[in-house]
Amino acid sequence: MTVLRGFEKPTGFHDLPPQLVRKKRRIEDRVRMVFENWGYEEVLTPALEFAETVGKASAISEQKMFKCIDRQGNTLVLRPDLTAPIARMTASVLKNEPLPLRLSYHASVFRAQENEAGRNAEFYQSGVELIGNASSTADAEVIALAVEALQNCQIDSFQLAIGHEALLDGLLRECIRNESSIQKLKEQLSQRNMVGFWEALQELDINYQAKKELLYLFQLRSCKEQLTSVRKLSETTQVLKAADQLEEVWRQLEVYGIDHYCVLDFGLIGRIGYYTGVYFEGYSSSLGFPLLSGGRYDSLLTCFHRNLPATGFALDVNRMMEVSQLECEKRERFVICYTDHLYEKAIKKAVALRKQGKVVVLDQISKPSETSKETILSDSHVIWIV
Amino acid sequence: MDELTIAMPKGRIFGEALALFRQTNLTIPEEFSEDSRKLTISLPHIGLSFFLVKPIDVPTYVEYGVADLGVVGKDVLLEEDRDVYELLDLKISPCRLSVAGKPDWLVPLYPRVATKYPRIAKNYFKKQGQQVEVIRLSGSIELAPIVGLADRIVDIVSTGRTLEENGLVELEVIGSITSRLIANRASYRMKAERITSLCDQLQQVIKEGARV
Repeated sequence: MTVLRGFEKPTGFHDLPPQLVRKKRRIEDRVRMVFENWGYEEVLTPALEFAETVGKASAISEQKMFKCIDRQGNTLVLRPDLTAPIARMTASVLKNEPLPLRLSYHASVFRAQENEAGRNAEFYQSGVELIGNASSTADAEVIALAVEALQNCQIDSFQLAIGHEALLDGLLRECIRNESSIQKLKEQLSQRNMVGFWEALQELDINYQAKKELLYLFQLRSCKEQLTSVRKLSETTQVLKAADQLEEVWRQLEVYGIDHYCVLDFGLIGRIGYYTGVYFEGYSSSLGFPLLSGGRYDSLLTCFHRNLPATGFALDVNRMMEVSQLECEKRERFVICYTDHLYEKAIKKAVALRKQGKVVVLDQISKPSETSKETILSDSHVIWIV
Repeated sequence: MDELTIAMPKGRIFGEALALFRQTNLTIPEEFSEDSRKLTISLPHIGLSFFLVKPIDVPTYVEYGVADLGVVGKDVLLEEDRDVYELLDLKISPCRLSVAGKPDWLVPLYPRVATKYPRIAKNYFKKQGQQVEVIRLSGSIELAPIVGLADRIVDIVSTGRTLEENGLVELEVIGSITSRLIANRASYRMKAERITSLCDQLQQVIKEGARV
């Protein structure tokens, strides 16, 4: 261990100077407005939760959580996501609220990272949860909401990839009986290892035609084409039901007029284990990392003894800050330079201007000829009261 | 047409990978070779640009998205554990990742393994239920058992000649290694069409038996 220098921070934590906070605010304001327009109400949850309950339900891997111990000896975790705390809240404080619940949040989450640029241990998430609605309408709603949030933050080119957990599962089960093989194939997909997926498939004792078909289905193509092929190749109810759901979602995305932002990818699978249905990720062409992810998680609420279907997504605000074209609003700004004895006049002038919605900085100078820091640095209007 | 940027590894794999790309119907000028000191080459007429980096760094460039695609050995992929798409087995530069040691090797009291691949070595021995200490080296791994720094090594073996010349034998094979085409997560989506068509072309060349 080297001696800590005064400026150091724990790995993965950052200061935000004014210009970055301005940008973050701007994005959050835009996103908040969209969420509100769709009737999602903001909630706040504690920074610390019990490891036993929310920690376990959150499905972020154990070694990524920051832990501490309270005075009763319980292990606590810094919230690694908001979905699990909101599920807990739904099962307790909001237990008697009429369904469906439309909730949103803007908060930081904490995940321990290896020491490397671009991997934050604390990052800002803005997201929504739509709880108590199992229909495809709910799935389409959150996807459309995600698209509108991205549009509102002036992310110029982006795409949402949509997969379906139950469809993938059903397709694999249709031709593979062995449970461990299915898990292995899913694992390869979740690691985005197409080579490994193909190799694992080759090793299996199923006919060549079935392998071909599976691989064909996992290629990226237009939605209609893909759904038609699934219907042709599959006959189990699980798969057909999932295909119906996707088709319904797609029809609604067409009505929203945003289907051109979306593609279907049957091989897409969330790394967090709790997804049960439609799953999606959003990408921009100017960043190598996803901007958002989300989907249906119908069994998470049962961890809190409330059996409710739910769906939602979270935007990564830090990454949005990197790609958003939003300019920070410039407000008209005044600097009032005044000499000591004229303070009364200066303050009255400032009060009047602020009432008109202007930004006003009062700058006391010792003699009329002095130039202040404010007048040199900024592009403000200067008012001399000397 | 979207431009694709490809991170290429310097050294062993480079020549074979380039030969593979040349056999697709992309026209890559002759002067693009490893000896040229240029680290980047842009080929606007076919919408490709390449840059040359150390093999171990290829997955990093691709994960961060400064390269859309990369060519890299499976050994490096396993060691680096980056979040990228592994798209294609290029079947070039085949070798094995192996455990090697002196022929008379016996389990010592405190087993020590020297390697360029600490993550792979740790995982492998953990799976075997062996407790070993891993020493990270960056080259001349074969030296470690000879001078007594470690009792075994984990390294890539292609012909086995280097091991033999240093009086070592291959004890266990961890896995077979070939080079892979990898893709950035966002590029995989946003440039899907181009990436798919390049993949198909490469796949075709590989299937026909690439001349490398």
